[in-house]
This record gives sequence, structure tokens and C-alpha cells, in this order.
Amino acid sequence: MTRTRKPGVSRRATLAMMGAGAVTFATPWMARAQAKTIKVGMPTILSGRVAQLGTSSRNAVMLEIEKVNAAGGLAGRQIEMVIRDSKGQPQEAARVARELVNTDGCEILIDAEASSGAFAVHEVARDLGVLCIHTNSETSALTADPKQHIPNAFRTARQGVHDSIVGGSYAAAIAKAKGLKKWATCSPDYAYGRDTTGEYVTYLKRFAPDVEIISESWPKLFQPDYTEVVTKILQAKPQALYSCLWGGDLTSYIDQANIYALFSQMEVFAVNMADYTALTVVKNLPKGIHSGNRYIKTYPATPENAAWGDAYKAKYNEYPTNWSWENATAIMLLAEASKKANSADGKKIAEALRGLKIKSPFGADGTVTMRAEDQTLVGYAIGWGTTIPQEPYVPQVQAGDWKTIFELEAEWKKSKGYT
Amino acid sequence: MLLLDIDALTGCLASSACLVTQTTSGFIIGMLLFLVAVGLTLIFGVLKVVNFSHGAFYMFGAYFAMTAYQVTGSFALAMLCGAAGTALLGLVFERVFMSRVYGSDVLMQLLVCYAFVLIFDDVVRMIWGPEFKSMGMPAAFQVAPLFIAGGVVPPYYLLLIGVALVAAVILGLGLARTRIGKVIRAAAHNPGMVSALGINTGLIYGGVFALGGMLAGLAGALAAPVRSLTPGMGFSVLIESFIVTVIGGMGSILGALIGAILIGMIRSFGSLGFPLFTEGLMYLFMVIVLVSRPTGLFGKEVA
Repeated sequence: MTRTRKPGVSRRATLAMMGAGAVTFATPWMARAQAKTIKVGMPTILSGRVAQLGTSSRNAVMLEIEKVNAAGGLAGRQIEMVIRDSKGQPQEAARVARELVNTDGCEILIDAEASSGAFAVHEVARDLGVLCIHTNSETSALTADPKQHIPNAFRTARQGVHDSIVGGSYAAAIAKAKGLKKWATCSPDYAYGRDTTGEYVTYLKRFAPDVEIISESWPKLFQPDYTEVVTKILQAKPQALYSCLWGGDLTSYIDQANIYALFSQMEVFAVNMADYTALTVVKNLPKGIHSGNRYIKTYPATPENAAWGDAYKAKYNEYPTNWSWENATAIMLLAEASKKANSADGKKIAEALRGLKIKSPFGADGTVTMRAEDQTLVGYAIGWGTTIPQEPYVPQVQAGDWKTIFELEAEWKKSKGYT
Repeated sequence: MLLLDIDALTGCLASSACLVTQTTSGFIIGMLLFLVAVGLTLIFGVLKVVNFSHGAFYMFGAYFAMTAYQVTGSFALAMLCGAAGTALLGLVFERVFMSRVYGSDVLMQLLVCYAFVLIFDDVVRMIWGPEFKSMGMPAAFQVAPLFIAGGVVPPYYLLLIGVALVAAVILGLGLARTRIGKVIRAAAHNPGMVSALGINTGLIYGGVFALGGMLAGLAGALAAPVRSLTPGMGFSVLIESFIVTVIGGMGSILGALIGAILIGMIRSFGSLGFPLFTEGLMYLFMVIVLVSRPTGLFGKEVA
């Protein structure tokens, strides 16, 4: 069969023209850089199982952007947010990030991705040299590993190793006081669950050397039923249980463990319990679950923090999440750095960000700092407490000590070969 | 790494307490799975379509039950709403959409079902929102678990197993002994002949689909107090239901029951003996059944 060529423009020529057109429209983001408004791109997860967290990131950013714009924007330029859904897929996050900079002309990226996506966006930032603030990834290596370090990327999220140090020392103190020697763990079977549980156990054993892990369970992520895991733990008869299950998985687990009266048979440490997404959903929240603070408006117990939580609730009709404060902090730091540099230029802002200390509702002492050496946030409120079934949910939070955190973090970095 | 923990398994088999706890735990997982799988197998047996959107009925059952429970505060009414709501949905879905693709090839049926998996998930997202929800355990069941021979058994799970067993018995007897059951079996065997005898096959098809949807909805409603509700929650249940129907034999109700209980037991005892291989164990078992009995344990040769 022979193909006949139709007269007119060939398919190949059309494609070539379209390609050329795309390049013409895509490249001149440099030329638009001096436009009146400054575009800030934000890939985040707005659909799928984690959508609630992505939405809460967007909400927090918009809340803060309003304030910054009302005060004159970044060095006189109003901020325009361009927010896109990555569906939680790393390759999509990278594609969206690239498109935001190259096609939409964004001069700054707020990377509100989970860890998997954050590493992908990080590579885009390395490639394009654009100022990028990671707001949600808590994986320590993102900033701790010198191989990842680039001058234009910062992080305003918690860091896994900080949480493990504080959680481990808190748990060890209770283990010693109550004689809890036999421990079980139950965490989701993926990178976050394995790493976080591993680090937590390391520090728990370091502070309380006679602790022994007698049972481990690794249910898969988003597993609907945990009955076999619950009964397995009951069989092992541990004195304490650690879990880093989160979100809907954690609430399912609590509902299912509750009817086996698991919570009355052992001390339970669930790092992700004290977040409003889980606290407000569980109908029969057991009393006395130990949890790390994610975001609660009563810790730090300052008027600033309470006011921020209430303002968020007034605007969006729900409480902020852990991702909310991390994203709000990015905008607060951005605004301060721009003021200090008196510029909206990414490189100058990056320079100003290094070592910048700002007042913050989320700071352990009312301030947070962007540490210069590894460009990650320190000094944020971090602590553990026990739950009650109604507001304020975690009435008393025992604060983590940043001096200890810094010492052990330095030691940890050395052990990993990072310094 | 603990790939094989024989000590934990034999230790459990030797202790009555552990045996009771793990066996009931296996039954709970199995019976909910049975309710979903039996609908799947029934629809396949009579309508000869594989309903890939079956997980959505499980999801709707849970959401209907939660809403009914929030509005009325009655647990019984919540279960009823979960089952009745999905039955109605099944009927409408079959009459309006599925009935149009009976003659088409499998790919077409698959595409229609998959489209509805996405549509139903988005409908749930629009009505109830994207975030996960929890129905909460009714006060009547917020009691201490029972201790039977040292084993822990929550009362709610006894109810759950009971309801599922009653459904299985009614379904089995209904199909075997009643006139409607006979007509359904006849329609499964030779729809043309049944139609020629003046029986409305469309009605039977719609009815069977509604029944399948209702059973999945009942499973969702029963699971709602203990599992978190999210759009897309039907998917993982659907996958396991397929494993159950493949093991038990497509179209066999007894096969679905035995298959579901086997899967429940594999999960329950597998998590003790093979903590890192519980999921794999299910698939391995399925492969063994497929190799030794390609039609499933209770499947009949395809006519």
C-alpha cells in the first residue's frame, strides 16, 4: 500500500513549527522577570489520598500572601501565586515545577510536595538555579546530605532526625519511669515509615538501653484493615507500642485497636496523632496516647499561635495542619528576606535567607531560624504530650530541648558521613 | 529480617488464647470480604460480566451508613440505609449503563466499569469531601472485649460475623430452594429460553445486580465503624475480592465463602508466621489453586 502525500504543510513541518513556537514562548521568562507582579510557583498535592494536606498548604500560603501583598509585596512587587496539582507523583511534580518556571514565568518556587516529590523538584531547582523553598519534606537527607546541597534551595519543614531525637528522649524518660522494657512497633511499610521508626528506636535505646523491641509490624500504606496486626501485637504482650501511622490509616488503626481494648493494655506512642486532621476525625479518641506535636494552636501556648490558628479556621472553616505552618513559615521568611535584601531577586533573597532569624508563632522561643550551613529551619516548636478526647486535645506538651537536638544532630551527621 | 517466624506460629497454634484471637480475626477479615466477593461472583455467574466497579458499592455502603448514622443516631437504620441505598444504586446502574454493554467484548465492559470507578470516586469527593472520615463505634458496642478461652473477641465483630453468615445462608437457600432462585439459575444457564418462557430477564438482571450491590454495600456499612472512609476505599477490597473469586471459582457462592475465609486465615496466621510475606502468601495461594484447579476450588467447567 502506498501513501500519498496531501498537498499543503506536511505533518513533520507542522510539528517543527509547533516546536519552534513552543520554544519561543517558553524561554523568555528572563525577559518577563521585571514585570510588576512577581509570580511564585507552587507544585503541591491537590488530588488523591493526601489532597487534604496539599489543600491545607495552599490555604496557609494564601493566608500569608494576603498579608504580604497588603504590606506592599516583595520589594514593591505584588505576589501572584501559581498553584498546580502534582497528584503526588514525583515525575509530575518535576514536570509541573519546570513548567511553572519556564512557561509561566515564576521566579520563585514553593515546593509543597511530600518527600518523594521534593527530591524531584530539588533536581529541577538545581538545573534551573531558581530560588526554591521545600515546605513539606521531612526527610533529613534533603538538607543534611552535602551531595544534595545547592545554594538556591531551602527547607522550612521539620526534619525527621529532630523528631526522632525529641521523641526518643521523651519515650525513654517514660520508659524508665514506668519500667517499660518490652516494646512493639507498627508503622507503614514504605521509606518514611521504615526510616522514622528506625531512627526513633535508635534514640529510644540510646537513652534507655534496656529497652527491647519484641515485635515489629509493617502494614502496607493505606491498608483498610489492621485486625491481624492488632491481634499480633496483643499476642506479643508488649508494655509499649510505637507507631508512625498517619492520617486515615492511623484513625482506622485506632478504631480497630479500640474494640480490642489495646490502649488499656499498653502505653501507645503515635508521633502523628496530635494533628487536627486525625484528632478531629477519630470519634472515640482514647485518653493518654503519647504524640509529637504536628500543629496544634495551643502549643506553643502563645497568643500569636492561637491567633494564627483561629484566623486560619475563621477563613477556611477547619483547623490548620502540620503542612500549614510549614508553608506559612516559608512565606514569612520570604517576605523578611526580601525586606532585608530590599529586592525581589531570587539570588539576593537567598543570600538574605541564610542565617535569617524571624519572629514566628511557631517558634519554640517565639522565633525560628533558617540555619545558614545547611539551609534548613531550626528553632521551631517541637515536643510531646498525651491526648484527651476533646479540645485542646493535647493539654500539656513537654518541649524538646534544642541544645540537645543540635548536639545529637551533629553527632548523627558525623555518623552518616555528612560532615 | 524475619521472613519466617515459625516459633511465633507454632507458639500460637499451641495456645488456645492465641488460636481463638487469630481465628476470629481471620473470620472478620474473611466475612467482610465474602460479602463483597459473593456479589461479584453472583453478577458474573448470571450476567457474565466482571463488575470492576464493585468496590464502589462497598464505598457507597460505608458513606450511606455514616450519613444515616449521623442523621438518625441509629445503628440499625445506618446498616439498612447502607444496604438499601446501594441496592437502588445497583439497579439504576445496571438498567441505565451496564445493560447496554452485555453483548460487547470484555474490553468494552472493562472500560465502562473503570470509567465508573473514577466517576463514583469523584461523586463521593463532591458530596462528602476528599478528606477521610470516621463513623465512630456506636455506644452499644463500646464495651470491653469478650475473653473466650483466653482469646480476645470484640462483641462488634461477633455481630459482624453473624450478619455475614446469615446473609450467606439466606442467599444459598434462596438460590437453591425458592422459585426466584430457580429462575435466576435458569437465566444464568440459558437466558434466551427463560425469556421465551415469558419471564422478564431484564428484571432478573437488574435484580441480581441490585442484590450484588446490596451485599457489597452491607459490607461497607458493617466496616464503616472500624475503617476510615475515603474516596477510592473500594479499590483494595476489590483486589482481594478478585483473589477470593479466583480461588473459590467464578460463579460459586460456596466457593466465595470458603475462599474468603481462607484469605482471612492466611492474613491472620500469615502475619504471625510470615510477617514480611503476608501479602505474597495470598497471591502464592492463588497461583497454586490456579495451577492445580484452573476453575477454582468450587468452580464448574465453563459450558
